Amino acid sequence: MITLSHYIVLGAILFCIAVAGLFINRKNVIVLLMSIELMLLAVNTNFVAFSRFLGDVSGQVFVFFILTVAAAEAAIGLAILVLLFRNRSTINISDIDSMKG
Amino acid sequence: MPNLNDILIMLPEFYLVVAACLLLLLDAFMKSTERPMLHWISIAVLLVGIYLVIAGQPAQTVTAFGGMFVRDRVAEILKVFALLTTAIVFVYARPYLIDRKLVNGEFYTLMIFAVIGIMLLVSAGSLVTVYLGLELLSLSSYALVALNRDARLPSEAAIKYFVLGALASGMLLYGMSMVYGASGMGGTPTLDLAQLHHVTSYTTAPKLLLFGLIFMIVGIGFKLGAAPFHMWIPDVYQGAPTPVTAFIASGSKLAAFGMAYRLLDAGMGDLAHQWQLMLAVLAVLSLAIGNLVAIVQTNLKRLLAYSTISHMGYLLLGLSAASPEGYAAAMFYAICYALMSVAAFGVILALARSGFECEEISDLKGLNQKSPWLAFLMMLAMFSLAGVPPLVGFWAKVLVLESAIHANMLWLSLVGVVFAIIGLYYYLHVVKVVYFDKPAEGSVLAAKPDGSLRIVLSLNALALLALGLFWGPLLGWCRSAFGL
Repeated sequence: MITLSHYIVLGAILFCIAVAGLFINRKNVIVLLMSIELMLLAVNTNFVAFSRFLGDVSGQVFVFFILTVAAAEAAIGLAILVLLFRNRSTINISDIDSMKG
Repeated sequence: MPNLNDILIMLPEFYLVVAACLLLLLDAFMKSTERPMLHWISIAVLLVGIYLVIAGQPAQTVTAFGGMFVRDRVAEILKVFALLTTAIVFVYARPYLIDRKLVNGEFYTLMIFAVIGIMLLVSAGSLVTVYLGLELLSLSSYALVALNRDARLPSEAAIKYFVLGALASGMLLYGMSMVYGASGMGGTPTLDLAQLHHVTSYTTAPKLLLFGLIFMIVGIGFKLGAAPFHMWIPDVYQGAPTPVTAFIASGSKLAAFGMAYRLLDAGMGDLAHQWQLMLAVLAVLSLAIGNLVAIVQTNLKRLLAYSTISHMGYLLLGLSAASPEGYAAAMFYAICYALMSVAAFGVILALARSGFECEEISDLKGLNQKSPWLAFLMMLAMFSLAGVPPLVGFWAKVLVLESAIHANMLWLSLVGVVFAIIGLYYYLHVVKVVYFDKPAEGSVLAAKPDGSLRIVLSLNALALLALGLFWGPLLGWCRSAFGL
């Protein structure tokens, strides 16, 4: 039997993978974008699970909004990435270091 | 069901959305020689927005769309000042944008959409509205930071802002999902902030609620730019085009205060004893890191970035008092800070020209000889940021320190005073460079002959002095919003 806590643990694991991906990753900006998407999906898992098990539909409505905003966010993220590549010919994270201090 | 009344309550927001879309259309059909017109049209749009906010203000708090949108005094004041500072930024931005050939519809439309985000955020009555308002503000800001497409620094600043901002939104959302779940354990699950206020009394999962609260505070800390979540602030301030930096330092901070107030007081007010100490820790860290790291900066925009971090520490001091008095002091602080920082960036914008950003502190050497009036305005802005009486920054600091003492956190206000004195050093250093240093060889420093910028900048900086002498009305307005 799959209970609510299974879903919450799944959400927590996905969220941790996403945050780890953001902090440990030293190579590629695209992996950062993937991590951000994964993080939002972890949140969606949580909302849908709570919504389903607690018998309230508003959580699922919130998920629709999150999905829409995530799409817009990915579009802007990719646009900035293209800009970065055009200006520096690299999307390597360790090369993005002209401002420090 | 939504009816006409709901729409009337949200009239300023609806109006701005329509106006922003029309501006975009207008931009598409305009000849490039007519583009500068957009500047005056967008300022007019914002001023009409201020009128609609004030004129349509109902006597009592009203809600629209089933409690999703709240129109009260707090929202009114924050909206008026967000619109006002954005209009000021437009005026300051014009010569900068013309010099860099950035005068186009994107800047004005994105700024207006960001302001709509601020207005939704400070009026939020539900977790959904908080999230949507925040994202509208953030997504517009990411694009604005990258506005100058051919320069190296803006794209780097934009990617850093984007990744950390998205991380913050993710944290905030994760916290929201936990709070939503906790509200359903032993009661009806809800996303409504007014109903979430009572969750502590019945929930069978208080740990889940607390867990969610912590994640939400991390999200709020990121958006405020409070240490230890401040990493994005210096890079974004330095890399972004200066008008955008001025906006992020003024309008966005009002929004961050509104968001913190809505989530923490309206939503999680029952847990105040839990989040008070968390905010106090954030405040101490911000004061320490902001003021100490600012001392070693040579870049003026970076210095103002660290100064922002320390000012967010003072704002958190007021919030952590968790009393109407503390909120009023924090709101007064946020408004004064927005006016002060926009004045400081205004001076930088008045001196910048094509090929010269005027963003190093050494660029200001001998400003007093070149333009005594601008030097005086810079001095007013710096003294106000430092909190020197009789400027308004002093009263703002006094009020937050007082509210912390009344909340039995004497230690916190002592920390605040000590760091205010440390902070004085780097603000005075800028004033010293402006007044007592000789201009460097081949210095291109000269004031711009742009008339509207000079007039508005003078009014802006003199307002800091005027508000410092007559702070009563503004403070009274802020206090009335919290029933004082």
